[in-house]
Amino acid sequence: MPIKVLVAKPGLDGHDRGAKIVARALRDAGMEVVYTGLHQTPEMIVNAAIQEDVDVVGVSILSGAHMTIFPKIMTMLAEREVDDIAVVGGGVIQEADIPKLKEIGVREIFNAEASTQDLIDGIERIVAQTGRDRSRREAAGTAGAGQAASR
Amino acid sequence: MIAHRVHRDLARAISAVENGVTDYRGALARFTALGSASNGTTARKRADVIGITGPPGAGKSTLVDRLIEGVRAAGETVAVIAVDPSSPFTHGAVLGDRVRMQRHAGDPGVFIRSMASRSAGGGLAPATRDAVRLADEAGFDVVIVETVGVGQVELEIVAVADVIVVVTVPALGDGVQAIKAGLTEIADIFVVNMADRPGANASATDLKHMVREGKRDIPVLQTIAQDGTGVPELLAALNKKRDGDDSNAVRAVRFEIVRRARDEAVRGALAALDTPDAAAVLDRLRDHELTRNDAIDALQHIFGGTAHAH
Ligand code: B12
Ligand SMILES: Nc1nc2c(ncn2[C@@H]2O[C@H](COP(=O)(O)OP(=O)(O)O)[C@@H](O)[C@H]2O)c(=O)[nH]1
Ligand SMILES: [Mg+2]
Repeated sequence: MPIKVLVAKPGLDGHDRGAKIVARALRDAGMEVVYTGLHQTPEMIVNAAIQEDVDVVGVSILSGAHMTIFPKIMTMLAEREVDDIAVVGGGVIQEADIPKLKEIGVREIFNAEASTQDLIDGIERIVAQTGRDRSRREAAGTAGAGQAASR
Repeated sequence: MIAHRVHRDLARAISAVENGVTDYRGALARFTALGSASNGTTARKRADVIGITGPPGAGKSTLVDRLIEGVRAAGETVAVIAVDPSSPFTHGAVLGDRVRMQRHAGDPGVFIRSMASRSAGGGLAPATRDAVRLADEAGFDVVIVETVGVGQVELEIVAVADVIVVVTVPALGDGVQAIKAGLTEIADIFVVNMADRPGANASATDLKHMVREGKRDIPVLQTIAQDGTGVPELLAALNKKRDGDDSNAVRAVRFEIVRRARDEAVRGALAALDTPDAAAVLDRLRDHELTRNDAIDALQHIFGGTAHAH
């Protein structure tokens, strides 16, 4: 089954060239890419990720706001008990910030040096690691539903 | 209001049928948050399913955004299933419909799901029908299906929707020819969107003439989806159709008849290809005696003969 990715542009950041290039590159690699458009709040991004049931959320940030936006997204995903959607990022993100982002659960950061092939390989690797294999996801759904019923 | 966990379970259930992990019934059984609204006991009103079809770029998604606004203002919840074509080569897709509907992304009464068609035809996705039923089970009052109006899609949407809106845009000259006569068979409402562009009145008039030749009463409306002009009238027309007779059964039967006619035509063509005459043409093609186009012309000639013989 094709990998499904949400490509999101948060906040006031109007740099959408990279996000659009990434969306097309992933499509050409056989992925299904949902593009959100500009000016998304973390809540909009999380809602979209859940409704679209994507494998990966890719957030493109060139404005410098990554240290406030990523934590909000990660917190909100945790609040909704979503633990099977991987979050990655791209754009202009200082090397020094990358370990901090990984610490809060961001799986990978792809900066301008990354080639499109790097992005494709990276996302395929992350999805394989997450084990977001469709049958297992289905099993997870069963477990979740069972808990809800017994609560 | 629809709970967050219903959103999540609905989303996962759609993925499960989309990816062939389970069928519709299996998905319902597994994702029990769905259907909890009705709990199987009360006869809940089924969702009204609105189909929006028309050529790419006609403004369907922008119009759907406006419809979401109107449906929500009336206090109803709404799920949107937006289908975009998959690339026949890479099977990848960029699903861009959501961009136009993002105003509603924070509203728990709105669920938006993009689907790649995952088929060569670029029509409805195979799982669209199940997705619509699952959204119904999840308790949404209205389900809107947006599809790209190419090929056989118009026929497929008939099987899914209770009310079908065919969206067109003003075109110069051959505007109405672009709308195949067959669309009067499936449209419940025609919308000439982009009424801010020249030629909208002429297109609407042409459509009204075309509609008058048919048997059914199909409103022809003009909208500017970008600023909402004409949308209240569209909502009123939709509500009238929703409150009217259950045209669902009539529609389903019509669809079935068209489908059978199509299947019969396919069977006829396949049978014609099996005749000695056709085989001879194909042999000559194989032996480089004919070009592909010549072979197609020759076969069409044979099919034409068969058709006339009937
Ligand atoms: C082009 C550009 C613009 C264009 C944007 C056009 C557009 N529609 O995108 C314009 C001229 C409009 C512009 C405006 C501004 N810009 Co400008 N801009 C740039 C510039 C030169 C290149 C960005 C670009 O398009 N790169 C090409 C794309 C393909 O690369 P990319 O986005 O990095 O994407 C790659 C990777 O990062 C990664 N990636 C990116 N997103 C994602 C997402 C996912 C999911 C994945 C997997 C990977 C991934 O993959 C891509 C391919 O390899 C950068 C400088 C730079 N070195 O980046 C400044 C830059 C981003 N801009 C900057 C600034 C300050 C501005 C303005 C505020 C200037 C002003 N004072 O008006 C405005 C703000 C506009 C706004 N509303 O946000 C600063 C940001 C500073 C910061 N972060 O602290 C930069 C870094 C320049 C600088 N060195 O100061 N800008
Ligand atoms: N001028 C004008 N543009 C419109 C109108 N409705 C939509 N558009 C624009 O037409 C483009 C395509 O719209 P979209 O809703 O994506 O079309 P779809 O492909 O049919 O879903 C977008 O740029 C819209 O902003 C309208 O009524 N008038
Ligand atoms: Mg659209």
